[in-house]
Amino acid sequence: MSTTEHSEFIDSDTGKLGMWLFLFTELFLFGGLFIVYAVMRSKYAADFHQAALELNVFVGATNTVVLLVSSMTVAMSLTAIQQKRAGKAMGLLFITLLLAGVFMVNKYFEWGHKFGLHLYPGSDVMKSLPHGEIMFFGLYFMMTGLHALHVIIGGVLLTIVIFKIKSGKINAEHYLLQENGALYWHLVDLIWIFLFPLLYLVT
Amino acid sequence: MTNSSTSEPLNYLNHKTGLWSWLSSTDHKRIGLMYMYTITIFFCTAAILGLLMRIEKLTPGQTIMTAQTYNGMFTIHGIIMIFIVVIPGLAAVFGNFFLPIMIGAKDVAFPKLNLFSWYVFIAGAMLGLYSQFANGHSPDTGWTFYVPYSASASSNVVIALTAAFVLGFASILTGLNFIVTIHRMRAPGMTWFRMPLFPWSLYATAWIQLLATPIVGITLLMVIAERTLHIGFFDPALGGDPVLYQHLFWIYSHPAVYVMILPAMGVVTEIFPTFSQKPVFGYVPIVFSSLAIALVGYFVWGHHMFTSGISYESRWFFSFLTFLVAIPSAIKVFNWLSTMYGGSVDLKPPLLFAISFIFLFTIGGFTGLTLGSLATNIQLHNTDFVVAHFHYIIFGGMGFAFFAAIHYWFPKIYGRMYNFKWANISWGFLFVGFNLLYFPLFVMGIQGMPRRYFDYDPKFQTGEMLSTIGAFILIIGLIIMISNLVYGSRRGAIAPANPWHGVTLEWQIPSPPPHENFDEIPVITHEPYRFDHPYTK
Repeated sequence: MSTTEHSEFIDSDTGKLGMWLFLFTELFLFGGLFIVYAVMRSKYAADFHQAALELNVFVGATNTVVLLVSSMTVAMSLTAIQQKRAGKAMGLLFITLLLAGVFMVNKYFEWGHKFGLHLYPGSDVMKSLPHGEIMFFGLYFMMTGLHALHVIIGGVLLTIVIFKIKSGKINAEHYLLQENGALYWHLVDLIWIFLFPLLYLVT
Repeated sequence: MTNSSTSEPLNYLNHKTGLWSWLSSTDHKRIGLMYMYTITIFFCTAAILGLLMRIEKLTPGQTIMTAQTYNGMFTIHGIIMIFIVVIPGLAAVFGNFFLPIMIGAKDVAFPKLNLFSWYVFIAGAMLGLYSQFANGHSPDTGWTFYVPYSASASSNVVIALTAAFVLGFASILTGLNFIVTIHRMRAPGMTWFRMPLFPWSLYATAWIQLLATPIVGITLLMVIAERTLHIGFFDPALGGDPVLYQHLFWIYSHPAVYVMILPAMGVVTEIFPTFSQKPVFGYVPIVFSSLAIALVGYFVWGHHMFTSGISYESRWFFSFLTFLVAIPSAIKVFNWLSTMYGGSVDLKPPLLFAISFIFLFTIGGFTGLTLGSLATNIQLHNTDFVVAHFHYIIFGGMGFAFFAAIHYWFPKIYGRMYNFKWANISWGFLFVGFNLLYFPLFVMGIQGMPRRYFDYDPKFQTGEMLSTIGAFILIIGLIIMISNLVYGSRRGAIAPANPWHGVTLEWQIPSPPPHENFDEIPVITHEPYRFDHPYTK
């Protein structure tokens, strides 16, 4: 065995344990925002009710379905690679990316609509609102913004996975990166599962 | 590339040479040293800032700097010392170097991630430095970045916040790496309760790093959003709540104190058995007290906010939990003392530093209880008493443990020995200087001298002057110690593989360790700290 470099190989259970721990930290990152949400909601229950009516439940529900389906396709692609069907795995990942794109486009129109109404932090319209509504929209932009950032990071990660499947570096024996990418994608989904009711449904 | 032209046996230091071989190395030992050199440079910088602050306070009124400069200086001193020096300190330096060796592994679980986290750390440190110089005025919020001031202060607060965020990310990655390493990389036969206690303390630390740091990460992001987007979470004018910031900040920053002190406890727990040639007293209680400190320490943050207007119920609750943390800490102190009792105590420099750790940590701990009591807290909050208390814990505790660690593991790291006489002299200067610097602050704090003040009532002149003299003695001690160590690393006598007759795994391999630590992975058949085992004779 060569003594010039440490082994490059990371065993799959080790790699997954690392990923799970990282996902914990992500949950805690959003956890900080959930705490702020809880505090503000209990302080300004009526304003939160009023502000939440402003959000479009249909768009939110569509995005929820889109993300849930994308979580399914990413899981299916993992099964496909384990069954040595690299082409199918890449196709499913591509669908996942497309769904991520649909989610982001919806988000873009949603945010755009708010900006059209001058409902964004720091705007004069926003400053004229009751305190609780300012907090609600602040949380809305902060939470969905941070979540959208995670969608983008997850998308980049899955794109890398597609290229690695293409080059054969990810295959039926070694698919740790794909597994971790899928775990990350599930996290993106999971966070949204919390954001959707908190922001859109609980009014 | 192996360098076979040298006559020395190959080890991690000489198997490859050149700057790039260091900057691209995924070897945990080299990464540990890179952390050590970086941290030392930042430590010296911030120590000099501390000295300048002390010189300013030599006389009442303006001595050498304006009030604004002073505000910037204690902020920079705090940011560097807390986020760049003390939080990563022991774990990133000695944890990186010795954790894999002590559990019988060739490296950490994710070597590349380890190198990456060093670069993230450097990026954060550089941002921190940049925040001090950009636009000609440094942040002046104190290292705690309290809103509403930090949301409106016209200084480089956003850059400093970003720096702290990035440094937090590096800390998370190190913690993650250590947890996985300890779970997955232990040598065959090394069960959890055969693991030495320094790795145990790193394990408890790593969980805090992992579970607490993201909270401060999101909090700092919220302050950044507050400043750049006027989002208003902490701004009462928009409906926000400044006390909420304090909660979120201390949810991380109090556990961060345990990130600093737990590895320090781990270090001295290694030193006492070795220099007493006696098994550690109460291995299992030490393990569980580490875990208990990590667990309970997570829930005491409110004691920073007794005067911030939180409810009476939450005040007594946080006060009660604060007293609870003292119990596992005290268990450790009694275990260390009992380890020495009846052993063949050999007062070499590492033990000298470790014993002074107990002394200083105990003072810091007891004064912590004074601050944790609701009645006395009202009097002492935001006085110099607090400054003295946390310097006794952080510098007297973590700092002296760092000095103990470097004197303990120095022969293993460099394969050479430093000069004992000069090490003892430097200890004398450090110990005397430290106490002279910080003890008067307890007294002045009780008398009502507020912290973070640039000026003071002339009645405090004597105490302030004594403290400044102490600062000079401390700096002299630092210069002697660092010179002695630097000289020792280059010209010191060649050290044997096991100069202290230690029994943990790092002492069973050559000094300096070979590139991959072990030729073959050892098989562990018994608990650590058995001084009767044949290979120690």
